Amino acid sequence: MSLNTQVGTWLDIGPVDQISPGNARTLPVRGGEEIAIFHTQDNQFYALVNKCPHKQGPLSQGIVHGSVVACPLHNWNISLKTGKALGNDEGCVPTIPLKVEAGRIFLLREAVIPVPTEAKAA
Amino acid sequence: MDFQDGIDPVTQDEDNVLPPLAEAREHLVVIGNGMAGCRAVEELLARDAGRYRVTIFGAEPYVNYNRIMLSPVLAGEKTFEQIVINDAAWYADNGIELIAGDPVRAIDRAAKTVSSQSGRTIGYDKLLIATGSDPFIIPVPGKDLPGVISFRDMKDVDTMLAAAADGGSAVVIGGGLLGLEAAHGLTLRGMKVTVIHLMDTLMERQLDEAAGWLLKTALEGRGQTILTGANTEAIYGDGKVEGVRLKDGRDIPASLVVMAVGIRPATALAREAGLAVNRGIQVDDHMVTSDPNVLAVGECVEHDGNVYGLVAPLWDMCRSLADGLTDQHSGYKGSVTSTKLKVAGLDVFSAGDFSGGEGCEDIVLRDASRGVYKRVIVKDDKLIGAVLYGDTVDGGWYFDLLKREENVADMRDMLIFGQAFASGGGALDPKAAVAALSDEAEICGCNGVSKGQVVSCIAKGAHSLDAVRATCKASASCGSCTGLVETLLALTLGEDVQSGPKTMCKCTSFTHDDVRREIVAQDMRSIPEVMQKLNWSTPEGCSSCRPALNYYLLCALPGEYQDDQRSRFVNERMHANIQKDGTYSVVPRMWGGLTNPRELRAIADVVEKYDAPMVKVTGGQRLDIFGIKKEDLPAVWADLNAAGMVSGHAYGKSLRTVKTCVGSEWCRFGTQDSTGLGVKIEHMTWGSWMPHKFKIAASGCPRNCAEATIKDFGVVCVDSGYELHVGGNGGIHVRATDLLCKVATEQEAMDYCAAFIQLYREEARYLERTAPWIERVGVDYVKGRIVADDAGREALRARFLFSQQFMQDDPWARRAAGEDAELHQHLAEVRPMEIIA
Repeated sequence: MSLNTQVGTWLDIGPVDQISPGNARTLPVRGGEEIAIFHTQDNQFYALVNKCPHKQGPLSQGIVHGSVVACPLHNWNISLKTGKALGNDEGCVPTIPLKVEAGRIFLLREAVIPVPTEAKAA
Repeated sequence: MDFQDGIDPVTQDEDNVLPPLAEAREHLVVIGNGMAGCRAVEELLARDAGRYRVTIFGAEPYVNYNRIMLSPVLAGEKTFEQIVINDAAWYADNGIELIAGDPVRAIDRAAKTVSSQSGRTIGYDKLLIATGSDPFIIPVPGKDLPGVISFRDMKDVDTMLAAAADGGSAVVIGGGLLGLEAAHGLTLRGMKVTVIHLMDTLMERQLDEAAGWLLKTALEGRGQTILTGANTEAIYGDGKVEGVRLKDGRDIPASLVVMAVGIRPATALAREAGLAVNRGIQVDDHMVTSDPNVLAVGECVEHDGNVYGLVAPLWDMCRSLADGLTDQHSGYKGSVTSTKLKVAGLDVFSAGDFSGGEGCEDIVLRDASRGVYKRVIVKDDKLIGAVLYGDTVDGGWYFDLLKREENVADMRDMLIFGQAFASGGGALDPKAAVAALSDEAEICGCNGVSKGQVVSCIAKGAHSLDAVRATCKASASCGSCTGLVETLLALTLGEDVQSGPKTMCKCTSFTHDDVRREIVAQDMRSIPEVMQKLNWSTPEGCSSCRPALNYYLLCALPGEYQDDQRSRFVNERMHANIQKDGTYSVVPRMWGGLTNPRELRAIADVVEKYDAPMVKVTGGQRLDIFGIKKEDLPAVWADLNAAGMVSGHAYGKSLRTVKTCVGSEWCRFGTQDSTGLGVKIEHMTWGSWMPHKFKIAASGCPRNCAEATIKDFGVVCVDSGYELHVGGNGGIHVRATDLLCKVATEQEAMDYCAAFIQLYREEARYLERTAPWIERVGVDYVKGRIVADDAGREALRARFLFSQQFMQDDPWARRAAGEDAELHQHLAEVRPMEIIA
């Protein structure tokens, strides 16, 4: 994986066939939040922080139906497109911009990697 | 109604102040954001929504929640979110300004203003005081020590939960309703609880001595220590509470003391404002205080010499108050109260006057084997009181007779047997019982909804349980009256409702039974095929119907259907139990609860190698290893497999454990080899997927040490053979098994077991345990299929054993060998250079 430190760059996460349709896999981030990447049955890819807004359940382990994932802990339904809780529940989990190019998955680097504390202070 | 919205503590938001155009209306300021204050506003809105501009002050930083439901929150049966009555949207939608977390400190009646703790002063045209009550703190030394609390609000619950997390002992002072609920919750949370009660009878205001004794005995059976006639001398501790000393010298160590000896009306504010206050704030029939512009409602008031601490009178008061505020004066006439509650799963009911006295006749029924005690008190041919313990189904009917002061002379002989008998039917028909209730009869105690109100709301178009809950709120809080509401729906709408709702989920208009029948009839073979042929309204179903369909297909097509991992809940997909922190727990199978040094060494090695923070002995006689990461699961399973162990399926809607006692091999009372039988049954049944989890036990004699009579299938060995029991449950609703039959040989016990499991697998609905299934179809039906029909039983057994050929394949071994590895491995890991550096 290339770790380009330039702003506005995309991280190559690898080939699309690493995730079978209807499933999700995880991407831990050193110093940041673990990300869940979903491959829906209608062949779309989405990336979200792997934490339900309710009780931080790992969304990657939930049942995916349409573009929605049901959290494995308390069955909250979270939109994969917006990260928002659906139905009567309220809450939102950050989404990560994702693109698929030439059979590979890319995530927007700025959304994946936390701003280092030194940079924040400066 | 919507329980989920607006659950966060409400912050003060200046933007919420209403625009100036509202100033034209009279301003109603409510002190108290609790059950009384908000109910009064709801009643007012229902009559004339636009009439007043409303501001509500609340001392607690929350929206309006159901205080009587704090007990289930403490017990872990509900979350705070689930006990919210009105969410933030309700305040916003109705233009109500909520000032939460800022208690009112003073009322200036001359200037017609109130001032709050934060220094805000607001003018009013009408003021409503709904301050409720304060817990009564007995004046003993040590009452102010940290760790001594009351049981009144969310803060108290949070304190109790924090204390329970550390384990240890708790003392509850006060054996009334509140104290016993606190004790029950703390017991469930793992604390060792002692209840100290000054009187000789628990809940002496609601129960007579006999019922109080039954309650005490039952609570003691659940591990609580109950000290009646016990007088607290002091609470002691150095810097924090360490224990309680009684006047008779006894000393009870405790790290938490809950004082629940009673409540008193919160009248300080009213008293300082110069309003007439006796025991409570004095009000007339329209809930008006000594100042015509100041009203009061709820537990803080005294009406006609009475102070109430229950919820039903409060609803009555709120109705009269709202009538008065909208110029339709009806007048409050006082309330007759009843108490119906469940303490530790025990049903208790009382109503009216049961102190006895001249001219009173007692009619008593005791049924020792069922643990039932009933007493009704009749005076001048009228029912004046009732106490029920263990069986409270007729509570509502007695209460109705009592309130209507009906002449019961004609049915006096049958009265004690309950409505079904006394009304002449003889047979228990719950539908007829509900139909016979008067319109005023209360259906929903939590929200004060009468039968008439439910029926009129159904007549106005609420044709489903959800719709009734949304409109009149009946059964929307604790849900214990759901059955009554469903019966009213059936009675009001006739057959429409029966065949209508209760669909599998929102994706289909078919019921579970319809779908199952069609899967077989049309020989459907995949989830997409079912969704297509049965016109599913969603493309891929949802997290309710997908797992159900997967199971139904798996059951219908053993060996042919390809299990769909994506339609399984996380635990069944990962073959381990997910925990709240996202790690998993792993339970290897121990046949019949037997183990050996090799297995124990392998488990010990796994615990050390993978740094598992906890190992626990389960209720099903095996060991549970906690804190395993999903990446490590295959390696853990490989290690366990190497010692000969397979998946325990502790995570599945499947056969869980076969619990055994040591039986005739060791026990001097044992009549048969229950351990050996249990091991054989577990070898026959393990790996089978079911509608829900399934537990088995085999006891070697009627002492029943394996607790077989609260299992889905239980064997109790006797000298002459094997008693087979079915449909037990030790969970939320404890249910003892029904006796299926007695058989002579071990082989028959196993054959009947296999047949019973297959009947359950083929006919119960997904997520329906055997207990509710048997209650639904009746034990006679099950006996007809398993006991009376030899050929049918044999066919069921054969189908089960056929299916088991494909099921008994250890999923752990497959995963350990590398199958579905992507479910366990991360995709990659991002290591930003600036973080590493």
